[in-house]
Amino acid sequence: MKLPPFEYACPATLGEAVALLAGHSGEAKPLAGGQSLMPMMAFRIAQPSLLVDLRKLPGLKEIKIGADGVRLGALVRWRDILDDKRLVAAHPLLRDAVSHVAHYQIRNRGTVGGSCAHADPASEMPGIAQTCEAEISVMGKGGARTIKAADFFKGALTTALEPDEIITEIHLPAWPAARRWGFQEFARRRGDFAMAGVALYYDVDGGNVKNAHIGVIGVGDCQRRLPKAEAALNGNAVDDALAVKVGEAAAAEVDPQDDIHASSAYRRALTGTLAERALKAAAARSTA
Amino acid sequence: MKNTFIGTPMERREDLRFLRGRGEYVDDVAMPGLLYAVILRSSVAHGRLVSIDASAALNVPGVHSVITAADMPGGPPIVPMRLQPLPEFKPFEQPVIAHDKVRYVGEPIAVVLASSVAIGEDALDAIAIEIEDLPAVADWRTAAKNQSVLFEKAGTNRSLVFQARKGDADAAFAAAPYVRREQLRTGRHYGLTMEPRGVMAEWDDAKGKLTVYGAAKVPFFNRRILSAQIGLAVEQIDMIENDVGGGYGARGEFYPEDFLIPFAARHVQRPVKWIEDRRENLMAMNHAREEECDLEVACARDGTILAIRGEVHTDMGAYMRTNGAVGARNVSQFMAGPYRVPHVKIDSALWMTNKTPVGTYRGPGRFEACFFLERMIDMIAADLGIDRIEFRRKNLIKSSEQPYPIAHVQPTDARDEYDSGEYSETLDRALKEIDWPKLSKLQGKLIDGKYHGLGAVCFIEGGAAGPKESARIAVNTDGTMSVYMGTSSVGQGVETVFAQIAADALEVPIERIHQVYHGSTAYVSDGYGAYHSRSTVMGGSAVLDATNNFMATLRQAAGKRLGCAESNVTLDVDKVLGGGRSMPLKEFAGLTAEGAFLNKKHTYSYGAHVAHVTVDAKLGRIEIVDYVVVQDVGRAVNPLTLRGQVLGSLVQGLGGAVLEDLKYDENGQFLTGSLADYLLPTATDFPNLRCVVLDDYPSPINPLGAKGAGEGGIIAAGGCMANAVANALSSFGAEPRQLPLSPTYIWELVQAGQRRAAE
Amino acid sequence: MTTKFEVNGKQVSVEVEPRLTLADCLRHELRLTGTHIGCEHGVCGACTVLVDGEAVRSCLILAVQAEGSKVVTVEGLSNDSDLTPLQKCFRKHHALQCGFCTPGFITTAHALLTEEPDCDADRVREVLSGNICRCTGYISIVEAVLDARQFYKGQAAKK
Repeated sequence: MKLPPFEYACPATLGEAVALLAGHSGEAKPLAGGQSLMPMMAFRIAQPSLLVDLRKLPGLKEIKIGADGVRLGALVRWRDILDDKRLVAAHPLLRDAVSHVAHYQIRNRGTVGGSCAHADPASEMPGIAQTCEAEISVMGKGGARTIKAADFFKGALTTALEPDEIITEIHLPAWPAARRWGFQEFARRRGDFAMAGVALYYDVDGGNVKNAHIGVIGVGDCQRRLPKAEAALNGNAVDDALAVKVGEAAAAEVDPQDDIHASSAYRRALTGTLAERALKAAAARSTA
Repeated sequence: MKNTFIGTPMERREDLRFLRGRGEYVDDVAMPGLLYAVILRSSVAHGRLVSIDASAALNVPGVHSVITAADMPGGPPIVPMRLQPLPEFKPFEQPVIAHDKVRYVGEPIAVVLASSVAIGEDALDAIAIEIEDLPAVADWRTAAKNQSVLFEKAGTNRSLVFQARKGDADAAFAAAPYVRREQLRTGRHYGLTMEPRGVMAEWDDAKGKLTVYGAAKVPFFNRRILSAQIGLAVEQIDMIENDVGGGYGARGEFYPEDFLIPFAARHVQRPVKWIEDRRENLMAMNHAREEECDLEVACARDGTILAIRGEVHTDMGAYMRTNGAVGARNVSQFMAGPYRVPHVKIDSALWMTNKTPVGTYRGPGRFEACFFLERMIDMIAADLGIDRIEFRRKNLIKSSEQPYPIAHVQPTDARDEYDSGEYSETLDRALKEIDWPKLSKLQGKLIDGKYHGLGAVCFIEGGAAGPKESARIAVNTDGTMSVYMGTSSVGQGVETVFAQIAADALEVPIERIHQVYHGSTAYVSDGYGAYHSRSTVMGGSAVLDATNNFMATLRQAAGKRLGCAESNVTLDVDKVLGGGRSMPLKEFAGLTAEGAFLNKKHTYSYGAHVAHVTVDAKLGRIEIVDYVVVQDVGRAVNPLTLRGQVLGSLVQGLGGAVLEDLKYDENGQFLTGSLADYLLPTATDFPNLRCVVLDDYPSPINPLGAKGAGEGGIIAAGGCMANAVANALSSFGAEPRQLPLSPTYIWELVQAGQRRAAE
Repeated sequence: MTTKFEVNGKQVSVEVEPRLTLADCLRHELRLTGTHIGCEHGVCGACTVLVDGEAVRSCLILAVQAEGSKVVTVEGLSNDSDLTPLQKCFRKHHALQCGFCTPGFITTAHALLTEEPDCDADRVREVLSGNICRCTGYISIVEAVLDARQFYKGQAAKK
């Protein structure tokens, strides 16, 4: 399974990188960690004519935490997120989700930008981006722009990125200390793509839920929020009965696929179970 | 000085190179002037091969040539069967390359020779293939309709039916007070090896010598096949066994590539290397285990098994491979397992389908038989209101009944008997290890959201296939000795185990055995190989015979030189003593003697698996809390490596029980084409496993008293897990009838149980 | 393309196509065949090497991406005179059979133990879940790595 032939460039600036992508009429691809792109090329499913290695680009590897939330440089790796102790408090949902990503060796190379650009429907990072209403900054030949997650992820392996655009940053909004959150996924084996996953959070207002955000991973063609399940949750106090109801709402709302690992009926039921369990876990977390 | 290396948990010699990355596997061997072979494989499951046009590929820079069936005068040779080579199978054997039809996704159509593997792969797309699609046969039921037939001349998709018979089952069923009938199924999986296959061949035209690297398992037999196919005398061919990255029954049989690559080397007069990649391995290495049964068990009301009767249907894939019939044959002969069953009537049909051909995988046919019968035993015991452990105890064969004759299989007239053992003792020990009485209170209980279940099953493992094995001992120039084996290494530690046996027999420190050489055809005159868990028994016994002959030879030579009677000669570490004089052993450098062990009988190691699992009924997730294997191996030569064999094969079995599944769609398209699709166990999947190895009942059929023991861990894993899951989900009335126990399948069983309860 | 990097403490310079993976470069250009290829699509871990101290899948890295980095293979974690403490633990616990996956386990375990000499059994299993072994069933490998912690604890204290 040797790679197909391609040209390789390793530019020193973002401008050069964009120019290289722009100059190859959609046949060039950026290379970050390579953990998703390389296997596709090994199977010759992807055969870009040029790989633009982003590793020398400055300023894309930082994790900035401030009043406006968490800003992840596109080349931030999974291990950087897990190593950054500030995120335990600054974004526990992100941290927990990332701890489920793949395996040790992959976490040393895979990047947040690469994961979002690749947009595998079962990846955790796009799920977190959707659930948390992240904003994704990109740079292209037309300049810089910021894309809301809901507009960014369009379908399986499909995003709003133009062929000349490179993700530069993913911005997750500020995370209040009192926020409740839950993350549940179930994969065949540790580190496999989840057959389904649910990320959720909510804030508490006088004992009731407000601002519920529920996102699903690995079900349907794309990670997305579940507004009906969120509506079932908002305005209520969380108890076991509500968790069951929210689970049922989530199960009803998704459009699950059949594949060799799970039937669609099972996946639907799994979504509901994971939503219910994520909600119970969220409620059980003590306030900071 | 009496040694006791046998029975000692000795650290392995092989490790010294493997741990340093200094193993030499076939892809590690470099050769000047090498061309790399890349194989174009069919992406169509069933079709007429109309044309192949490689002209564009030949124009790709770096491509040397493209070989097809047209380059083989007289047509491509056929790969003959090695085991059960019955005339009925002949129409279904595989040509080494496709010529008129393709019959499975992955079948070789052309071989590209190029200056690099990457260029060879680039060239594949440039080969224009025209195939007329034919309707695909994607399962045995479709095969049985015989509407789309894979082999027109044969006129049927059923290559054979094995018949296992003992007593008069029909009469027993007619009179039986209780009968239970079930349809059960084991899913398709295989002995995937971490090192994919590889063949490198060099043809020396001046010497008329063909050297083939990458041999494994049965190099002597494969050499005979190749010699007949390629038109060279056996003496002109050397098969070299390098380090081998796993076998499990799948690697080492004669595959099409084992002809194609040597043929290519001779055809282009350049050395050629082919290294299988993982995508190929999934669709080209022998598949296994896909069997479906319709089985009846007749019992007395007190739980005594009276008879078993039924049919098994094996999905054989597209061709009869060298050892393809073994699983289907074994499932019929060994359906009764370690139990006393006086009447047996099993018909085992082999169905050709448009899938990768089938061969053996550790415990062939036995894994399936154990799952089928053990599932039924739990169901029957529940029906009759008998404790399922007592049911087993009542029916397990006793030591006083040994040797115990089992079902007779036709064709092949295979008669066999179990050799020795008190089967209930391993069950009792396993139950004790897990503390069954304490755990049994948990059966079916829901605790912290998970259902608890227990499973307990028993197995026998056949080993030590004959007819013969050879070994040779020689004195090296430095006075150490080397052992040359006809058996092969597939990673099981033969270099250490045979050194232990030789050192003990010669009564020398183990360091005096410098090296154990294995597998390559240059080492002994007539070797057989590593399969059917035979290496320790057959190879080890051959080593014993070789040491006897070696000492006789040494005494004869030393008696003359020391001037004493032969009977006075002794070997003392590195010196030969006799008549009051001594000489260094190195003075006898070059002295060598062969030995052999002939054997027509099989050994039967046996044991029990007992498991405690939890099931999350909503996720369909199984977790093992504790799992114990107890196995009696007759005589443990190296307890350290033995534990490795038991636990390693157990995890393979658990993979087949829960994770591994080779899938096709209804058009014969192969769906599990990567390791993200075909799921192998990892370190987090089955952490809580343990084993106890006993050697209370030696085998009477070989001088070591040992029994082949590499397959016991795998054989009962499917039955044990399924029974434990059924026990956990008993409140739903869930009865798993198929493997693997995927999350979807478990969830569906629970759903079905809930629907029944609602009615 | 010319690519320069350090392998096992030695500077190397190779002339390679961009599409040559680091795994193939190590095995065929540099003849360091201890790193094995089990899948070429980033699942099995047999090709694991250390790049700048981190365990990575060398089948998913281009040789040209290794420019300027420090690569350590199983050969670089070995010596001729004796087995290292980690290797001795593997041998003692019979944590290998056919040996094909072993270099990947050695490099991964070394990286883990260097960073986390106090890791527990769950962490060891979790980290090793990215390496597939078909022979051993993993239990002996986990035992070996846990046993080897004692030899890495001193090193962490020194840092």
